[in-house]
Amino acid sequence: MPDSRFKILTSASTAGPGDAGRTGSWRVERPVIDYSRCTPAKLGKHACHLCWLYCPDRTISKDIEPQIDLEYCKGCGICAEECPTRAIRMVAEEEFAKGDGHE
Amino acid sequence: MSNQRIDSGNNAAALAVQLCDVDVVAAYPITPQTPLTEKLSELIAAGEMDAEYVAVESEHSAMGVCIGAASAGARAFTATSSNGLLYMSEQLHWAAGARLPLVMCIANRGIGAPWSVWNDHQDAMSQRDTGWIQLFAKDHQEIVDLTIKAFRLAELVHIPVMVNYDGYYLSHTYMPFELPAAAAVKEFLPPYAYLHTLDPQQPESLNSVTLPDARQDVHGVTQGGYMDIRHNLHLEMRQAMEVLQEIDAAYQQAFGRGGVPLLDPYRCDDADFVVVAMGSLANQLRDVIDQLRAADNLKVGVLALQIYRPFPTAQLAAALQGAKGVMVFEKGLSYGNQGALYADLKSALYPYPARPQLHNFILGLGGREIRTADLSQTLKTACLQPAQSLPEQTDTPHWMGLQL
Repeated sequence: MPDSRFKILTSASTAGPGDAGRTGSWRVERPVIDYSRCTPAKLGKHACHLCWLYCPDRTISKDIEPQIDLEYCKGCGICAEECPTRAIRMVAEEEFAKGDGHE
Repeated sequence: MSNQRIDSGNNAAALAVQLCDVDVVAAYPITPQTPLTEKLSELIAAGEMDAEYVAVESEHSAMGVCIGAASAGARAFTATSSNGLLYMSEQLHWAAGARLPLVMCIANRGIGAPWSVWNDHQDAMSQRDTGWIQLFAKDHQEIVDLTIKAFRLAELVHIPVMVNYDGYYLSHTYMPFELPAAAAVKEFLPPYAYLHTLDPQQPESLNSVTLPDARQDVHGVTQGGYMDIRHNLHLEMRQAMEVLQEIDAAYQQAFGRGGVPLLDPYRCDDADFVVVAMGSLANQLRDVIDQLRAADNLKVGVLALQIYRPFPTAQLAAALQGAKGVMVFEKGLSYGNQGALYADLKSALYPYPARPQLHNFILGLGGREIRTADLSQTLKTACLQPAQSLPEQTDTPHWMGLQL
């Protein structure tokens, strides 16, 4: 093991929101979930949760109605790509800026 | 039980690596390092060394395998020379930035073009800013001792270490040396441990894109940004000199050899003139100055640098305070400027009161023969030469042994 006088500083991170800072500002497109098509929301029980599993920044909660933490979601779109029922669509951020994004 | 033998420098390195309980060897053969890797592959194939030999397709891959192996918790070793070292260059920076405790032997050789297989130090000098510790051996015994110490140093400070020895002059010549007993080396070298050893139970991303600023990690702990990580690498590389001195003292206690981990002075106590060099050349110069002292009554000493990075700045400046003249002989240079060692030595002296007259000699590039008689004549002329009036003259390197 390293000598205790040395503070070995390296870049190592564990998975979780915020390990690369508040990455929500990077987002160009925002994922929006249509709960009428979302499997756990429709069934009213824990199921599927592929969006939670695939999110590389762990910003999606494992709830009956999954929630996306927009402070950290950087808009990569992997959740929309993986959702088997196409319940997630990517909406341009400018739509929200104009107030047309329905959120 | 220790073991006296007469063998080549490459085999001395291989036998030292065998003693260090290495888990992974990944290397690509290149002259003059080849016999070292051949010896290691023979030892592994014969079951005399419990390690995995990964035959890679290039030096870049060799360093890549070592980086992976060290991250996975294995003690890894590689070796190369010349253009092979340069082909690794990108990965060398990576290993240092990741603070991986790797050890690598370099059988020093000139860099093409034009193609050369013979010795000089340009390969190591060109990689001086990669963040690796660079040690230089003067003979076979030092190859053995430095290689063993290098593993302990790398693993204590988490900075990779290069052990340099001159191609052919040391790699292929036969010399007597003592090989320490395996049990004693095992005791000297604790089991390998890396701070971020990969563990499926504690998954981590290592060295992914790191932002310019420090950040709060998922646990709310402030983690340094790129610049902070690099600052600590520099600072702890400087501190590594102290650890090397401690390791050397422990080695001396265990094996009876050591005492000069940073600078190795020879007849410097009363010297008016000090010759500075690295590697086997420093030993050749001992004969030269013995002659000059006997025949010409010139008080000359030799100061060998055992470590080039981190640079022993204060120790070197202090060692040269009593000298009237300092002659730096080196087998490499920073093209368009001067010898790199000379420039480093000059900058080390600047803050100190005594500024001896300095001379820089470039010699032995691409294996150009270094004749003891020529060294003697060059050194004698430099000692007897009055201080030159033009700073430009004083500061220009002289090329020794040119055949133009």
